[in-house]
Amino acid sequence: MLIEFFARTGRVVIGILEDIGEVLILFGQTVYHLRHVNSRLLLRQMAHLGADSLPIVLLTMLFTGMVMTVQTAHEFVKYGAQSSVGGLVAVAMGRELSPVLAGVVFAGRVGAAITAEIGSMKVTEQIDALRVMAVNPIAYLVVPRLLACMVMLPILVIFADVIGTIGSYLIATFSASITPFTFFNSIKVFAVPHDILGGLIKAMVFGVIVAIIGCHKGLTTAQGAEGVGQATTGSVVLSIILIFISNYFLSVALYQ
Amino acid sequence: MIKLVNVNMNFRGKQVLKDINLTIEQGEIMVIIGPSGSGKSTLLRLIIGLLKPTSGEIWVNGREITAMTEDELNKIRLEMGMVFQYSALFDSMSVGQNVAFGLHQHTDMTEEEIARTVRRKLRMVGLRGQETAMPNELSGGMKKRVSLARAIAIDPHIVLYDEPTAGLDPIMSNTIDRLIVSTRRMIDATSVVVTHDMSSVFHIADRIAMIYGGSIIETGTPDKIRQSENPIMIKFIRGGIAFPESKGRSRA
Repeated sequence: MLIEFFARTGRVVIGILEDIGEVLILFGQTVYHLRHVNSRLLLRQMAHLGADSLPIVLLTMLFTGMVMTVQTAHEFVKYGAQSSVGGLVAVAMGRELSPVLAGVVFAGRVGAAITAEIGSMKVTEQIDALRVMAVNPIAYLVVPRLLACMVMLPILVIFADVIGTIGSYLIATFSASITPFTFFNSIKVFAVPHDILGGLIKAMVFGVIVAIIGCHKGLTTAQGAEGVGQATTGSVVLSIILIFISNYFLSVALYQ
Repeated sequence: MIKLVNVNMNFRGKQVLKDINLTIEQGEIMVIIGPSGSGKSTLLRLIIGLLKPTSGEIWVNGREITAMTEDELNKIRLEMGMVFQYSALFDSMSVGQNVAFGLHQHTDMTEEEIARTVRRKLRMVGLRGQETAMPNELSGGMKKRVSLARAIAIDPHIVLYDEPTAGLDPIMSNTIDRLIVSTRRMIDATSVVVTHDMSSVFHIADRIAMIYGGSIIETGTPDKIRQSENPIMIKFIRGGIAFPESKGRSRA
């Protein structure tokens, strides 16, 4: 009984360590093949993974900025701190909300798409077909996706910062009667470029996480449609968990 | 020429191939037959380096490939083409783009030259004018033919076929058989065909090798195989192993 418990625990731990090892190896191989990047494929992935995610990121962040202000503005006004609302929202958006929420949305949309596409290619032998045709699947499939996610998520976060602030501004001025001058002055006083830059660095890391986990889960998909489904779900869940964990350490490193 | 010397292959402790020794001469069509799960497709994957054997040597055109890195293997693969069991066409690309893929990746040909080559290869497999069709618009037989056109696009010296007629009607199977023979004639390629479709085997084979339980139990010309006295071979040729239930039905 006890031995079986330890054996099962050991197998789980070994499985986790194997997965970590495989992801790191894939990351290393992808970095090695960065020099072989095909610019045509990269641009296509940037459009497909990045630009096509813009509407959902904008929508999410508009309402996030609005709800942040709904929750804070009236309380702040009550205590006479209306001059802090704009700055508070801008700093929160720049440092945490935009990169993390855009990262989560990106993991749900892009991470799932990457895993489903590569997983389908795996189960229909298209990955083997690439190898047979002397094309390295990592250089052809993973490198453009990694670079596209690394570049496009920070760009999405810039849009997220702007739209989140607009959402906040709308609620602050129309609902909480804070004047536009007070709102923007507050941003000028509280927010510094490092708040935004730190968020962009985070977004870059989250982009790498989403791309590598998505590609790894796709490349290791088990046979069949069920395998693709499981890999896709696993990819999204793991990416989101890693985004939250790494976000804590990045926040400590960047802002402490 | 392809040569396998004492090749063994294990998957998770289970021995899939045992002591395989096989030589396939330049320009010949070697058909590997055997029941499902006997290790035929594994053999093909070993020859093209998609799998590495547990032990043994595999020689392709005078070079031993089992210790090669993926980059070194890629140089060897430029001399090879493979037709997959389920075609494995890139479903995000049109037929023309599938056939042109290898040419784009590995040659300096202009777009016009590539388009001309794609047209020629598609004509060879009887799919003239299908360049813009998408794989999901094609029948199983057409997909197989596109897969063949893609495999021979860069004029390989060796073409591997994994169950090329599986799931096709008899007429389409016959068409694919003829294509295998004509492809060998047109590009003088060594061909290795894995199948358990006995109606195809005697049409196309120069030599036949029978795998049973992971071992090659007999090799020879079609005439020699027809006259084989090996009971397993006799049963397989008559359908006794591949379709065990048919025996029962015929008695009923």
